[in-house]
Amino acid sequence: MTTTTTREPAAPDSRTPGRAARILADRRLPVLVTAGLFLVMYAVGLSRYQNYGFAETQVFLNLFIDNSYLLVAAVGATFVILSGGIDLSVGSVIGFTTMFTAWLVEKQGLPIVVVIPMALAVGAFGGYLMGYVIQNFEIQPFIVTLAGLFLFRGLCLVISKESISITDSTVSSMAQAQISLGGGFLSVGAVVSLVVLGVAFYVLHHTRFGRRVYAIGGNEQSALLMGLPQGGTKIAVYTVSGFCSALAGLLFALYIQSGDPLHATGLELDAIAAVVIGGTLLTGGSGYVVGTLFGVLVLGLIKSLIQFEGTLSSWWTKIATGVLLCAFILVQRTMTSRRSP
Amino acid sequence: MAEPLPVLEMTGIVKEFPGVRALSGVDFRLFPGEIHALLGENGAGKSTLIKVLTGVYSLDGGTVTLNGTPVRFHSPSQAQQAGISTVYQEVNLCPNLSVAENILIGREPTRFGRIQWKRLRREAAELVDRLGLDIDVDAPLSSYPLAVQQLVAIVRSVGTGDSDGPGSGTRVLILDEPTSSLDRDEVLELFALMRRLKDQGVAILFVSHFLDQIYEVCDRMTVLRNGALVGEHLVRDLDQVGLVQLMIGKALDQLEELHDHQLHADVGESLLTADGVGRTGRIAPFDLEIKKGEVVGLAGLLGSGRTELARLLFGADQPDSGKVTIGGRQVPMSAPNDAIAAGVAFCSENRRAEGLVPDLTVRENIVLALQAARGWTRPVPAAQRDELVAKYIKALDIRPADPEARVGQLSGGNQQKVLLARWLITQPKLLILDEPTRGIDIGAKAEIQKLVVSLSEDGMAVLYIAAELEEVLRLSHTIGVLRDRKLVAKLANGPEITPTRILETIASGEHQ
Ligand SMILES: Nc1ncnc2c1ncn2[C@@H]1O[C@H](COP(=O)(O)OP(=O)(O)O)[C@@H](O)[C@H]1O
Ligand SMILES: [Mg+2]
Repeated sequence: MTTTTTREPAAPDSRTPGRAARILADRRLPVLVTAGLFLVMYAVGLSRYQNYGFAETQVFLNLFIDNSYLLVAAVGATFVILSGGIDLSVGSVIGFTTMFTAWLVEKQGLPIVVVIPMALAVGAFGGYLMGYVIQNFEIQPFIVTLAGLFLFRGLCLVISKESISITDSTVSSMAQAQISLGGGFLSVGAVVSLVVLGVAFYVLHHTRFGRRVYAIGGNEQSALLMGLPQGGTKIAVYTVSGFCSALAGLLFALYIQSGDPLHATGLELDAIAAVVIGGTLLTGGSGYVVGTLFGVLVLGLIKSLIQFEGTLSSWWTKIATGVLLCAFILVQRTMTSRRSP
Repeated sequence: MAEPLPVLEMTGIVKEFPGVRALSGVDFRLFPGEIHALLGENGAGKSTLIKVLTGVYSLDGGTVTLNGTPVRFHSPSQAQQAGISTVYQEVNLCPNLSVAENILIGREPTRFGRIQWKRLRREAAELVDRLGLDIDVDAPLSSYPLAVQQLVAIVRSVGTGDSDGPGSGTRVLILDEPTSSLDRDEVLELFALMRRLKDQGVAILFVSHFLDQIYEVCDRMTVLRNGALVGEHLVRDLDQVGLVQLMIGKALDQLEELHDHQLHADVGESLLTADGVGRTGRIAPFDLEIKKGEVVGLAGLLGSGRTELARLLFGADQPDSGKVTIGGRQVPMSAPNDAIAAGVAFCSENRRAEGLVPDLTVRENIVLALQAARGWTRPVPAAQRDELVAKYIKALDIRPADPEARVGQLSGGNQQKVLLARWLITQPKLLILDEPTRGIDIGAKAEIQKLVVSLSEDGMAVLYIAAELEEVLRLSHTIGVLRDRKLVAKLANGPEITPTRILETIASGEHQ
């Protein structure tokens, strides 16, 4: 008997992409590559500096402690970059937050628990304003956040031209608190940064807002035509980034225990580098915040490898970052060109 | 039978873009349980009407009522919430998301704000199933070809507004040229779905360039021309010839009058042959021969594939089948340079966007192609250049006859002549003219037509595309008739070839 069925389940549908192509096109691949790179670098460190204590748990945990503020800033930058934008104001907002916090705590005598929400609100509001301008006046994010960069750096100097060291006892005890973990310890800052990472992951993958961020990064015009509130999403993304920058500023102040008008200059570029090395496309719409964690860890590991080497100048950190960034952008380029049918 | 109340009524709709009045007082009604075709040539304003309705563009005049209540949408999401789902002409999905997300984004099932991914996948798969499609909803949209993406967009629109059960919230479904990249089976699947929704009382607005499809599924049609309403008819009351006349805007007897033959007879040997040349989704494979000194005219509705055909012969789009031979040598056609080297010139219909540089002078615009042909390292000597430019300004009677005038300030007809001069200066063997007379005044039109005749008398082959049938008839030795992106007939011009004959061919798609 011959029955003609329009679709034979056994025959591969010519419209379904092949397996190899699918693996290459898988958006998780860049994150795995970065994670792999981190492991390889860590293994190299272990074999070379074993006798210098590289194998200690604390060396590993220090990666989280020393880069906690960068991780928080980079998580904010991940939102922006996923949505197809860019935020150049990150470093300035961090610097401003350190000044603002130090000034309020030391010069005005406000308790830190009051200052923290104020600092976060200022950062979030700054981000909201930038998002509002970008959305409603249809101006390039690059320009608007560049203006934000100058504005916040200028505001630092309005507060004070001198650095202000923080001697408040609550702050010091917070800075010195150790949360023990598997033979080592984490700082308060590191724990906060990991919580932020977890929350960001949840928001991006399990809420409508998060999916809208991906949608407008994929194709903003489409998102609009699909009836998504694309304008509000965009503003929210910059608000999130402003909030994260302010939080990163608080962690930075905690880490350094001072406010300085020149703190965190150019840190936005480190954050963007971490996001890109973590496999997020600069054009938006593709990437994972977990990748950003690995991006930050790779950058941190480069620094500590160079410290362990001892003979190399710290400028090698920059050179290594530059080379990695180039390599990753090239890899991404080839992968995206494969992805479109 | 008394007509039920329309679910959607638009009256006196006006929309202006800078410099263009895209819609001038259009009325449109849509009844529940009908499939309503919106027809008109490219640029007639169909997509604009849809975008004005759904809040993508703001309205400059007129009213919209939905179920008897006046409405005005300010964003596509408002229209969606009111039960109008739309598939716009450009695929409007996010390639980076999975198929399932694309179908349901904006109304993902959530619980306490958390997206329920399992349920989302299941619901998306159900919707895909309902369309009889076999698509892996977990794969990213970008891994599928355009036709499948188009289908996904349709699935999304059908599912929009579901509150109790898929499709239940949609009262009006708008499909703007959804079939342009679908194959026959996919079109049939879509039609089956449209009929099912229609039976459920959904009102469907359907735009398509394929006349057969209109007659296959539609109940009623509204015809637009140049942004104005031409008429609303029941499909069964109007045959295809009548419809084509409405779309073109000329009655048959009017066309007959203008018809007279005065073609020169010295057509030479074969210059260009196209064997099975085609490009998927643009134009079906066609055979065509153009001889020296011959004018081949292309007739057909806007959007029937005339420009697409010409672009393939120029290498502006790459054919994916067949071969082109020019002067006995096969030309690869991988880029316009191949065609230019073989002596083909192409005057684009889009003279501002693709041809002329409005900020340069007449002289600079004219020598552009010649310079490109020589390569940038060998400038055309100034004296020779000025002489050539002066010659063509005179020959084509470009006004003002000032080589230093800025092209942007010239009238449309004169701009067209500058574009022509640019190509003529390279002495092409085949000149492709895509709508050379569009938007220019009668006098300039006649001059350009005269020029075409004299060029062909000098042995140049011309491929001539024009919207007006009589123009094509007056100039062409051979007329290629296009319909639904297919070259359906090649008619040798003669006394028995009349506008009626061509219209019938366009309407029926058959070579009688
Ligand atoms: N966004 C826009 N800006 C300026 N002009 C436009 C825009 N959209 C459409 N038009 C013009 O409006 C007219 C109608 O276009 P459209 O509605 O796309 O036609 P159709 O869909 O019937 O082919 C055309 O002349 C087109 O050039
Ligand atoms: Mg259209």
